[in-house]
Amino acid sequence: MRRGIALVAIVGAMALVAAACSNNSSSSSGGSSATALSYDPSAQGEGELNLVAWPLYAEPDVKKPFESATGCQVNVKEANTSDEMVNLMSQGGGTQYDGVSASGDASLRLIAAGSIAPVNVDSFSDFGNVMTSLQSPAHNTVNGVHYGVPYVWGPNILMYNADVVSPAPKSWDVTFEPQINGQSNPYAGKITGYDSPIFIADAAMYLMAHQPDLGITDPYELTSDQLDAAINLLKQQNGLVSKYWNVWSDEVDAFESGDMVAGTAWPANQNVLISDAKVNVASVTPDEGVTGWADTWMMSSNAPHPNCMLAWMNYTLSDKVQAATAYTFGATPSVTTACKGLKANLIAGYGQEVGTNAYPLYRCGDDSYLSSIYLWKTPVPDCGNGSTDCTDYNTWTQKWFEVRGQ
Amino acid sequence: MATTNVAPRSARRPFTRRASAFLFRHRGAQLTFTLGPTLTWMVVIYLFSLVVLLISSFWTLNPLTAQVEHTWSFKNYQTILHESVYWRVTFRTVVLAAAVTVTDVLLAFPLAYYAARMASPRIRNLLLFAVVMPLWANYLVKVFAWKTMLATGGPVDAFLGSFGIHGWPGTSIYSLWLVLSYIWLPYVILPILAAFERVPSSYLEASGDLGARAGRTFRKVVMPLVLPGVVAASIFSFSLTLGDYLAAPLVSKTLVLGNLIDQLAGGTANNKPLAAALSTIPLAIMAIYLLIARAMHAFEAL
Repeated sequence: MRRGIALVAIVGAMALVAAACSNNSSSSSGGSSATALSYDPSAQGEGELNLVAWPLYAEPDVKKPFESATGCQVNVKEANTSDEMVNLMSQGGGTQYDGVSASGDASLRLIAAGSIAPVNVDSFSDFGNVMTSLQSPAHNTVNGVHYGVPYVWGPNILMYNADVVSPAPKSWDVTFEPQINGQSNPYAGKITGYDSPIFIADAAMYLMAHQPDLGITDPYELTSDQLDAAINLLKQQNGLVSKYWNVWSDEVDAFESGDMVAGTAWPANQNVLISDAKVNVASVTPDEGVTGWADTWMMSSNAPHPNCMLAWMNYTLSDKVQAATAYTFGATPSVTTACKGLKANLIAGYGQEVGTNAYPLYRCGDDSYLSSIYLWKTPVPDCGNGSTDCTDYNTWTQKWFEVRGQ
Repeated sequence: MATTNVAPRSARRPFTRRASAFLFRHRGAQLTFTLGPTLTWMVVIYLFSLVVLLISSFWTLNPLTAQVEHTWSFKNYQTILHESVYWRVTFRTVVLAAAVTVTDVLLAFPLAYYAARMASPRIRNLLLFAVVMPLWANYLVKVFAWKTMLATGGPVDAFLGSFGIHGWPGTSIYSLWLVLSYIWLPYVILPILAAFERVPSSYLEASGDLGARAGRTFRKVVMPLVLPGVVAASIFSFSLTLGDYLAAPLVSKTLVLGNLIDQLAGGTANNKPLAAALSTIPLAIMAIYLLIARAMHAFEAL
């Protein structure tokens, strides 16, 4: 009978091995050279839609009208980081989820892996309203082929506790330099940074302005020397950092407790802090510029419910959806016609005065501001100027560990 | 008459009686029902995962497609050997685990001695209750409580501030040391307490009768008998610290081995094979630790 127990265990183990292997082996397929799919309003939905999305990107007020109009039941798997999204989209060979709200640091990785289906953007009824700079941006359009439709965007601003940090900072130097104008940085130990390899680009952007000799032209296209310079700057910053934030609530908590007084932030984080009203925060777009993100709804090349996904992409371009998500998340719509709705939502949510004052911060429809942002994109060996000796995301990850693990 | 409609004897016996009789006669079945479920669980979930972990550490990640390639190579182990960050973080984590263990043993020893040998039964039970009570609270609740206590302007900051110490421990590794020392303390106290209670009073009396003073009795009689218990206790604090990755990001900016493995496996890098290779480091450290502990008879004191 003891042998019986062992037998049960072994059979169980073998079943698990088989399950694990079959899961992994099917993940290499994926049609990258498929023809672009078009949205057809008359196509019958499959009744279900599985999405990977940032938190607050598909709230009930957005989901419900879509579900009743199309009969596609929307299931949302929330992801907190771009890396998590790439992870989730490769599960089950890309057959588990229909689509993802990918930022630029994930989108090119997904496209390179053949996980994303190209789409014919002109088939979506409201695509004409999309801001000029988001019509075919580098983070979702490769060789003229579109791999999705823009959702909302935002900058990574310099947020600070206005009661502590004075005068108001104009440069990222308060977050990077131990010495400012010959004085030691008064906010040392209270600085924060974003806990992700993509944050290396913020350091590279700072170096573009302060060490032009390095010859950095794009913070996402770094040779190994340029990358090392950025890493050295980040290691120096590590000494000033209180904690890095990865999930937005980490930063909100630490600003409220006083552990952080200045650092990179999403406008959404600032919104939460303003509505909590525990600390007096302000933000600025520093002289060196800002990095930022523009998110794209992308469809898996192996999507189990393609008609529902195409209908969803069409739906998310509508003014109402864009204005609603922009308001809940604290981001800016990609279609210019949604700006009026965003302003109305802000006033309805925060009251006439606060809402009216907050609206300009969103830079809604401001194409020149958007094009000044260094939007997140996945670092790849191709430098964009003919040479291919740039460092890729794997190298960035490795280097980021050196910053965090020192 | 009463004798007409009598069912066979065995059918009248309740099921539980028959079941227990069956189990009494069949020792194998007895084992299956008692040890079986737990053992199956252990083998399938625990040992099997370890084997898969070990196997996958020899696979590699294709950097371009981010897919795992099932070809055998030592590439992950070479990466770990060549990148100093892995060694630095491993060293830091081992030092942290050792510091937490020493702290906990130093705190646990006097308390366990008092509770086992000096306190009245009532006080002893009260102390035992106080030690066990924190174990009923969720781990995360305790870490978040510490996060609040260690925050700027929090109780720890205010208390140390009255001695002129500002900004310590902040988000340094010392915060992590404090929090983990607190959280694992009950696991260290209980085995040491049990070890003290196992020392027979007659040994101490005999030692006294033979002329040894209290100090000598403690060194020559009590210590050798309690040491295996101390080593057994240290296994808990050491291994739990070595594997912890939740407290570090919550109370400090320090990266420990667990975080590195976590970031490699999931979120940041999605390089599961490299994460698996890195996981073998704490496994190896614990294997050595357990071998030493066994040599010191710690397992008999558990």
